[in-house]
Amino acid sequence: MHLSDLRPIAAPINLDHPGRYLHWGVIQISVANVVVIAIMLVLFVVAILLPFPKDRDR
Amino acid sequence: MTSYEGVHGQTWTGRLRHRVVAELPPEKLLPDRQPAYVSSWIYVFGVLTLAALLVVLGSGAVLAVKGPSWWHGSSVGHFFNSLHLWSVELFMAFMVIHLWGKFFMAAWRGRRAMTWITGAICFLGSIGTAFTGYLVQQNLDSQWISTQAKDGLNSVGIGSVFNVLDFGQMLMWHIVLLPTVVGIVIAVHLLQVRRRGVVPPFDADPTVGANTSEVSS
Repeated sequence: MHLSDLRPIAAPINLDHPGRYLHWGVIQISVANVVVIAIMLVLFVVAILLPFPKDRDR
Repeated sequence: MTSYEGVHGQTWTGRLRHRVVAELPPEKLLPDRQPAYVSSWIYVFGVLTLAALLVVLGSGAVLAVKGPSWWHGSSVGHFFNSLHLWSVELFMAFMVIHLWGKFFMAAWRGRRAMTWITGAICFLGSIGTAFTGYLVQQNLDSQWISTQAKDGLNSVGIGSVFNVLDFGQMLMWHIVLLPTVVGIVIAVHLLQVRRRGVVPPFDADPTVGANTSEVSS
């Protein structure tokens, strides 16, 4: 199997370039890490608010 | 009392068995029911962390067997290399969300201090394991990270015993020492969860109200 065979399921976002960084005073963080942290915060809030499916047998 | 029961106090194996069974009876070790408050998505992140860890260990074992020329030079190697990276990403993300949930629940309540402490050690150990993983990728990224890290580690005086430029040493830390320590601490963490049970939310904890009334009276 060659890499080109996997192209249809390759990353939807082109990651083949140097990372982009955000600067805020002494803080420097990559956009990729900011996105990961944002997703984690959203997951945390959703996990608290989203109702858990009930077991019908009990 | 049978002779079998009579000797347990005289042998270390008998004393150990009695202590283990008293602390962790089978119905606590492998329960088939959980309290109603566990029916919440925030309680799922502990087991998600464990599931991601199994993928980390499995993909890491394949990488260890096949070697760097395979994981950098073949399509299947690239796949397992990515599988290892992304399972670690999920492992760390799930673990941090689990940590946030337990922190805001004050999960050290109810004599669960050791559960909390072993979880914190797992977290710190996992950071060290991930760091040494970055150092043994065998590419420009690992060279860059190691040459940047050596100055910081030398400045705190541990560069002579933990040399990030020594690939062999870092590989052993990554695939033997740290996974062994983290694995043992995770096992202790899980046994502590079974021993003390999962922490209840504040409004479901009977000891919270009792403590409050004691303080206010």
